[in-house]
This record gives sequence, structure tokens and C-alpha cells, in this order.
Amino acid sequence: MSLTTQTIEALIKLAIVAGGVMTAAMYLVLVERKMAGWIQGRLGPNRVGIPLTKIRLFGLGQPVADALKLILKEDVTPAHVNRRIYNLAPLIIMTAAVSVFAVIPFGSIIPGEGLGRENPIPLVVAPGIDVGMIFVFALSSIAVYGVILGGWASNNKYSFLGALRSSAQMIAYELPLGLGLLGVVLATGSLQLEKVIGVQADTGIWFALSQPLGFVVFVVAAFAEAARLPFDLTECEQELVAGFHTEYSGMRLVLFLTAEFIHMITAAFLIVILFLGGWHFWGLTGGSEDAVTWLGAIVRIVVFMIKILAVILFFMLVRWSWPRFRFDQLMNLAWKMMLPLGIVNLIAVAIAVEMSASAGASLPWIVYGWIVAVVAWMVTAVCSPLMTDNTARVGDATVGAPLEKAG
Amino acid sequence: MRHDDPAVTWVEEPKLGLAGKMYLPLFVQGLAVTTKHLVSRKVTISFPEERPEIGNPLIYRGVHRFNKDDQGRVKCVACFLCATACPAHCIDIVGIESPWPDREKYPESFQIDELRCIFCGMCEEACPVDAIELTSLFDLTGRSREEMIFDKEKLLSVYDQTKDAEPMKSKSLGGTV
Repeated sequence: MSLTTQTIEALIKLAIVAGGVMTAAMYLVLVERKMAGWIQGRLGPNRVGIPLTKIRLFGLGQPVADALKLILKEDVTPAHVNRRIYNLAPLIIMTAAVSVFAVIPFGSIIPGEGLGRENPIPLVVAPGIDVGMIFVFALSSIAVYGVILGGWASNNKYSFLGALRSSAQMIAYELPLGLGLLGVVLATGSLQLEKVIGVQADTGIWFALSQPLGFVVFVVAAFAEAARLPFDLTECEQELVAGFHTEYSGMRLVLFLTAEFIHMITAAFLIVILFLGGWHFWGLTGGSEDAVTWLGAIVRIVVFMIKILAVILFFMLVRWSWPRFRFDQLMNLAWKMMLPLGIVNLIAVAIAVEMSASAGASLPWIVYGWIVAVVAWMVTAVCSPLMTDNTARVGDATVGAPLEKAG
Repeated sequence: MRHDDPAVTWVEEPKLGLAGKMYLPLFVQGLAVTTKHLVSRKVTISFPEERPEIGNPLIYRGVHRFNKDDQGRVKCVACFLCATACPAHCIDIVGIESPWPDREKYPESFQIDELRCIFCGMCEEACPVDAIELTSLFDLTGRSREEMIFDKEKLLSVYDQTKDAEPMKSKSLGGTV
């Protein structure tokens, strides 16, 4: 295999991933608006179809109309901003958001024979990267720079507060996210995302089943990292207008919004790959070492995409289900609950991996994982570190009901 | 207001039980509510294609109409009670001597500025002969301010348009006419 074919292959995959992710982000906006409408008893956008005709197509033309509107809108740069950083910030966040997909597989493998190749072609832009997960984490940390720089350069108190909150939140939740991930890394012995799926496919046990605690910690932290409700303090409209992108408009705003949606897609991909078995489904897809036919490859891709869509729909359902956390509650949740739970999970997995040859993937170890999860959860619930004392106080003395009783 | 004001009632937060502290029951509760709404019937009416249902036309306050009596004459006796009652001052009446023996006056011109009107229904209440009524036509539009000043002919035509769908209110309400 020469360098050129490799390059061409990578470019084709790149086109598929970049195009697919951008289109998905566009249409997920529509899905989100539809879901919001349905949950609120409305119909959601359903008018825009093919332009200049009466055909409506359930509003499928809406994303195109939205994109056109945003592209054609005036891009205002306020006079008081730090122009260079202001222009750089959306680029940073967008680049980081899209580059993550270099190591994230979007399927299993496709057979290479029909395409003039001896070996099957893995469906990931950069296959076999051993630092896959570290790469993902590094880039998602860089995305925080986009937020902070954007908020700082805007020279606006709302943007600034949004950026500050965002940075605190991202840093706080990166730890539980990493701890949730470490359990998986311990159990698979690899940082390569394809291998993580491979292990789950071969044992047939998804990590969500064998490490429920890690799964919960990871999902909660992923919500916070993607800044989705109930953790969207970075841009809560009631307090901060729009948070760090208050001053942005036109195409730069699109970059921010799209990047946020891509973060959600990335989070969904990671949840599915790390904990929900990737492209694996019992009785449908076979193991990671099996030879793959075209049909098998397509089945794997379909299974994978269905899982990701399900996770994204869950993200959207959650958005309308629970109120936003207060900022101190958010921090309490990260440092007093998610971090200890993550450590407990890590230790439990470490013990399981050390004691069993199957890396914690046999039935007694699954039971063990669930017992650990339930016990840890109960203990946290009883200690309730999330409880805050909201009694009214004047100075050191409480006022209100207790004072009344005393008097 | 001071915190030791006797008018202040202090309420203590309810203590969370174990289920509340576990968070999961509340989590499921929240999901169940949104899922229920997700699949429930939607209340949106796609307006131009679907029309909303007017609950009770007898008490709906839409565009005015000018009722006719059984001989096809205008019922109004130009008493000015509606114009007096109107809080928006949108009714303008010119009354002259009636050509008919059963009343002294009748309106030579009768104008309602539908743009000034607040659709409160006071004119309808005030009218002693049930000549003016509010219909259930709600989607009133016009291209100019002049067009939205309804004169006697237009108000009578609203009656012709709606008399079959909406019988005179007073009759069905057990009124005098």
C-alpha cells in the first residue's frame, strides 16, 4: 500500500466524518426543536419544506433555512472587543470539536477486497491510534480555551461570567469523566477506542453492565462537559443572556452553536463506545476478530448509529425533565459525589481486574460491580453531601422557624 | 420587611426521605413526565388550515354586527347608549328622525372603528333593543385604517353573513326580542 492510497483513503473517511457530523448537527437542531415542541404540547417546526412550493416534508427544510439565515446575517464585531482573540475563539472551539472525530470510529470495518485492498478497512479516520482516548480528552480540554477566550475577549460582563463558570465547570467535571473512563481503560488494557469496542464485542458484556457506577459517573460528567441541561450554567439565559457567546453574531455564532452540538454528538459517541458496546449487539454482529462481509459491516454501522441516536434523544429528553442545578450544587455534585464515586468505581474495577483473568467480565464480577454501585450510591444518598442548609440567617443566628420556637 | 416582622410566616423546608436523597426516584419521575408529554396529544392548531373551535358563540366577543328586525329594517333606534357605554369611544352615530311609525329616531350613519374597539362587549350590554351584537368572527384583517372603520352597511352585511350560524343572542338567552 502506497502513501497515496492511504492519503486518499483517509481523505474519503475525513469527508464522510466531517460531512456526516456537520449534517447531523444541523438536523439534530431540528430534532431538538421538534422534541421540545412535542414535550411542551406543541408541534415544533413543521412548515419549511421545499422552497417555492407548498411541499412541507414535516419541516425538514428548516435546518437549511436556519443555516442560510445565520450565514446571511450581519456579523457584528463590537468596538470594545479584543479583535484578534475574539476572532480566534470560535475557530479554536470548532477545530477542537471536529478534530476529535479523527480517532472516533464510526463503524467497525469494511471488507477491503472489493476496493482493491488486501486487508479490511477500519472505519475511523486515523486507525490504530494508541493514545485515542488521551487525544479525545486533550482536544476537549482545548475546547475550553475557545469558551474562555471568547468570553474574555468579548469584554462583556455576561460573557465573562459565562466563561468563568464554564471553565470552573469543565475543569471540575473533567476529573469524574476521566475516572469513569479509567475503569474502562483498566478493564480493556488499551486507550484505543476500537479496541474498547472489540473487548466488549468479544466478551459480549458491555461495560455499562459490568461497571454501572462508572457508567453513571461518566454519563453525568459527559452531560456537564457538553454543557447540556441540567448543567448548562455557562449560558443560562435567565442570568447571563447567552453566556460566553453573548457578543457573537452571524457566522461566528454558528461556529459556537455547532461546536456545542458536536460536543453533544462526541459525548454520545463516547458513551456508546466506552459503555454501550459500540457497534456490538448480541446475535447480530459477531466478534471483533471475525471476518466481515459487506452486510455484516452495514449491520454494525446501523447498530452503532441507532445506539448513538438513542443516547442523543436521551440527552434531549433530559433537557426538559429536570431543572438546572445551582452553581454551588453543581460544584458539590462534581467534587463531593461524582469524584468519590468515580474513585470507588476505579478501585472496584482494579480489584476485579487484578483478581480475575476475564478482566471483570464474568457473571460473579458483574454482580460484584452492581453491588458496589448500589452500596456506593446508598452511602452517598445517606450522607447526602448535596444537601445544602438553606435556613435563613442574620449574622450567625438563624431566623425564621427555629427562632420562633425559641421565642 | 424585617425578618422579625410578625406578619412574616416562616416555612421550613420539608426533609427529604431516603428516596428523595437517592435521587433516582425523582429522576425517573422527571423522565416519566416528559415522556408522557412527548407522546400526548398536541394542543397546537395549524391555523389557516385548521380553525379553532369557538366554545360558546353566545358569549364570544368578535366582530360586531348590526341586527335587522323581521321586516329587514335596522333595529337600532339611535339612542346613543352604546356610544356612551363604549370605553374606547369607537362608536360614532348620526341619528335622524325615523320614517317608520314604531320609533322616533334611527341611525342615518353608524360607524365602529374596529381598530379602536377593545371588544369588551359593553355596547352589546347597553343596547336596549339588541341591535348591536358581537359575533364569533375573530380573524378580522384589513389593508388600511379606513377599511377598518365599519359603517352601517358593512355591519349589516356581517349580520347577513352570520345570522344562520349564530341566531340572535337575546332570543336564545331568553331575552326580550
